Amino acid sequence: MFSDIARKFCQVFNLFCCVHVFHAHVGQLHYVVGPSMFPTLNATGDLLFLERFSVRFQKVNVGDIVVACSPENPRVLICKRVLAVEGDSISVLPEPYAQDAAKNVLIPKGHVWLQGDDPYKSRDSRHYGPVPYALLQGKVQLRIWPPHSWKKF
Amino acid sequence: MAEPLWFLAKRSAAAAMICITFTDIVGNFATIQGNSMQPTLQQGHKDFISLLKGDVVFYEKISAPAYKYCRGDVVVLRSPTDPDQLMVKRLIAMQGDWVNVPGSHEIHQIPKGRCWVEGDNGNLSLDSRNFGPIPLGLVKGRVTIKVWPPHRIGRVERVLPEGQVMFTDMHSCVITRSCLEYTFRLGERASYYQGLAAS
Repeated sequence: MFSDIARKFCQVFNLFCCVHVFHAHVGQLHYVVGPSMFPTLNATGDLLFLERFSVRFQKVNVGDIVVACSPENPRVLICKRVLAVEGDSISVLPEPYAQDAAKNVLIPKGHVWLQGDDPYKSRDSRHYGPVPYALLQGKVQLRIWPPHSWKKF
Repeated sequence: MAEPLWFLAKRSAAAAMICITFTDIVGNFATIQGNSMQPTLQQGHKDFISLLKGDVVFYEKISAPAYKYCRGDVVVLRSPTDPDQLMVKRLIAMQGDWVNVPGSHEIHQIPKGRCWVEGDNGNLSLDSRNFGPIPLGLVKGRVTIKVWPPHRIGRVERVLPEGQVMFTDMHSCVITRSCLEYTFRLGERASYYQGLAAS
């Protein structure tokens, strides 16, 4: 009787460990809400699958959509597009209205430049500067929900 | 023949899952390389014999998801310049604090969501004096105990260098009860010194 309960407990604990390892090292589902990536992702919310290998092995390239920990609030995750990686120099508009106020930014070592697709509604690297690479959580691979706009990025 | 092998493989896979989960959620061990935290933590080297001379510390990650860190804690963080590297530094200031940069007469206010970390060995440490305030999301855990060498086993204490930090917005960060007492005690001491200076 007791050993049965212990065995069941061990099985549940093992299952929990497997789920954790998959979630923390392989990939996870993430529900993204917000207008900052508007033409690409819906502002009302998308269920995305993100995988962690490309971040772990530093295979993130310019143009990828990533989920990162916000530098302004560590408990908030942000979903943005990588516009430049370390060593790149890009020209950015700090305000999307002022077309002639572009400035050049050199991305320091170990940082990336994240920007949303909607420049008017996104709060991103134009406000808080380059983001350390170690804050990236995963690269967005699939959109799973809503089902009619199932898509591989 | 295949039966015990299969059993062994299943058992070792389960053990690996449990170990990975433990190191992800509860905490992990780290060896100290580099002398930026002397004299609190001693330096080890990469070869095995001298590795045993350096300190091995245990850092807990239970407080990591809530970011319950206090000023003065020794923390483990991912380097902002090299994502593969882990660093051990002391957390000096949280968001909203004013911090006096040692070796210069500048005073910085820490922006929202960031913190200021420094090594105890000021001259030889690569820390916030080089790369500025870092996002709090880089902090991965808090160093609690030294587990090696045997004569140095003990807790790693929370120490804050006096007179370097001004707390302006004490409740902007998550503060545990013990930390709140600590900051209040520091505040009392500061007001005591101010009273002395006024009289």
